[in-house]
Amino acid sequence: MDNLASLLDGFATVVTPMNLLIALLGVTIGTAVGVLPGIGPAMTVALLLPVTYGMEPAQAFIMFAGIFYGGMYGGSTTSILLNTPGESSSVITAIEGNRMARAGRAAQALATAAIGSFIAGTIGTLLLVLVAPPVVAFAVSLGAPDYFALMLLSFVAVTAVLGASRVRGFASLLIGLVIGIVGIDAVSGQQRLTFGVPLLADGIDVVVVAVGIFAVGEALWIAAHLRRRAAEVIGVGRPWMGRQDWKRSWKPWLRGTAYGFPFGALPAGGAEIPTFLSYATEKKLSKHPEEFGRGAIEGVAGPEAANNASAAGTLVPMLAIGLPTNATAAVMLAAFQQYGIQPGPLLFERESALVWTLIASLFVGNLLLLVLNLPLAPAWARLLRIPRPYLYAGILFFASMGAYAVNAQPFDLFLLLTLGLIGFGMRRFGLPILPLIVGVILGPRAELQGRRALQLSGGELHGLVGGWVSWLIYAVIAVVLLWPLLGRFVVRPLRGRLVTG
Amino acid sequence: MTTRPDRGGDPPPRPAAPGETGAAGAVPSIPEQPTAERPQPAAARPAPADVAPAVVTDDPADGERPATRPDRAQYGVCAFLALVGALVIVDATRIGHAVSSADPVGPKPVPILLGVLLLVIAAIYAVDVARGGTGEPEAGEDVDLSSPIDWRTLLLLIGAFLVNAVLIDRLGWVISGSLLFWGCAFALGNRHHVRNLLIAVALSLITFYTFAIGLGVNLPAGVLQGIL
Repeated sequence: MDNLASLLDGFATVVTPMNLLIALLGVTIGTAVGVLPGIGPAMTVALLLPVTYGMEPAQAFIMFAGIFYGGMYGGSTTSILLNTPGESSSVITAIEGNRMARAGRAAQALATAAIGSFIAGTIGTLLLVLVAPPVVAFAVSLGAPDYFALMLLSFVAVTAVLGASRVRGFASLLIGLVIGIVGIDAVSGQQRLTFGVPLLADGIDVVVVAVGIFAVGEALWIAAHLRRRAAEVIGVGRPWMGRQDWKRSWKPWLRGTAYGFPFGALPAGGAEIPTFLSYATEKKLSKHPEEFGRGAIEGVAGPEAANNASAAGTLVPMLAIGLPTNATAAVMLAAFQQYGIQPGPLLFERESALVWTLIASLFVGNLLLLVLNLPLAPAWARLLRIPRPYLYAGILFFASMGAYAVNAQPFDLFLLLTLGLIGFGMRRFGLPILPLIVGVILGPRAELQGRRALQLSGGELHGLVGGWVSWLIYAVIAVVLLWPLLGRFVVRPLRGRLVTG
Repeated sequence: MTTRPDRGGDPPPRPAAPGETGAAGAVPSIPEQPTAERPQPAAARPAPADVAPAVVTDDPADGERPATRPDRAQYGVCAFLALVGALVIVDATRIGHAVSSADPVGPKPVPILLGVLLLVIAAIYAVDVARGGTGEPEAGEDVDLSSPIDWRTLLLLIGAFLVNAVLIDRLGWVISGSLLFWGCAFALGNRHHVRNLLIAVALSLITFYTFAIGLGVNLPAGVLQGIL
């Protein structure tokens, strides 16, 4: 009940004319930037960080909430109207939604995506309200060793579970961890990896890293491989759905939400698996399986809901424990740190009003998106025709502006370019981006917790093992790391024996 | 949009996009792709042009199976990782011994651990590459992986970026930002110079007034101080 009262207080903060305007602005520019091809949700948030620099934390959070859901929604519009997906979680939407659009049903595809996103986002945010407080209560009871173990799990999960190649994942993670230790060590005051450059003493700003890797790296990579002929855009009228469409959509929305939220909340869930699961389920349950692959509305409704519910799910570990589990959450976390706010269990105690304002504005932003997107879809579709030189020049322009504005140092621009080139190289060689950004954000905190744990034990390594929680987490890490070996020597022989027996 | 002619040469065979492989079980294969240009696998083609120049391998004679030729530039990544690892270790050994009872670990062990892990990963990576492992280049809405890396565009973009970084404090954001946008649009192949300049100046002015004056974000006025 306490939480309900706090949530209502949050709503009271959001529903002032000024804050509503900010929320509206957030969803509008979030969608507009998210719709632009080549800009995924993480880059949307990274590029729009400077917009919030001059604001109060509460207003900045209201804006972030809008940008977050707006960017997600904008991405799905891009996938439906262009044939190529921007990120792996929208592969399905791109295939099935684009088939619908080609068959002249773009309006219905956009409508089912918009309404599905709204429903999934609302249910997901409700679940966040229900799930986050118990998680916080649990997280508060954890000690330094448990946190250290949890962060190790987070590292291992984003590198070894997601992504195709473990070696490349770990390479990316280690680069991130190295970037994270640059600067003055918080405990001892010693300089590390600063090479005598005073400007590096404060460390490399996480915002500069996020903008460099996501925006500059991506823009350079796309520029180097720019399609000479822009992809074909399908025109669209005002989104609407017929009776039949509603009938075929509502169950996939709910099932997609049920898949998406838990996967998003897991340390290594991501949005891809639930969208694929949702698609497979809808195909199996559908009365029109023959339409799948040719533009079945269920194939857009389910995965799109799963995608959005998963985004709401990622907010649980992000807000309650301070663990980012996908790129967008990682960039949001970087943004919070910009305000000196450290997500985690203490956030709910210290900055309770702020957290509940954020959650309330997620609800409000989601509703505004629905109201805004259904009539504005044709305008968004026009954004897809933006000449590519302007688009990518604009990304570099805004990225430079945002990175410079953090500390007002031209030095940050050189850092930004260096990081952008690293991001470029990573895209060229297929190194995943997420481990790097998670390493940069969590690395310093993991070191702090690890050293705190060892401080209690006087430097003995057993200090890293705390209560049962850390044991459990280490066990999970061991299983994840040893999975290829387990698979070869335990699972496969067992399966073989079962088959022959 | 571009005045430059397309690059000649056969595009390399494109590996399946991550989504395509991941969706193989769930998504039925699409019968025909009207817009997507499917690159034809080249029977024999020259060394991939997107190999980083520093690590170009000079053995044109090895032409047994050009299509599945390993991506040798990946050894450059291993070298980079090893180099960073060594650098981190060297830097860590330089740190003074600052162990106190409040901090028994000190600032040293973590960088040393990271450095060692980087060396280990570099070695494993090299083994993986030697056994034929490749990373998959990132796909995207505007990305055409069948074309080689366009170094000219890339270098021009980096140039425009550096011009902005050098000039931003001296001339101010409005001028350096305009140069940045104009330079990037030029690098990306747009040749409407006057129109681009107008857009660039408008964009810089709008951002300057909204962010620096409206929102109090740090953007320098530079030589235009007092005029803007």
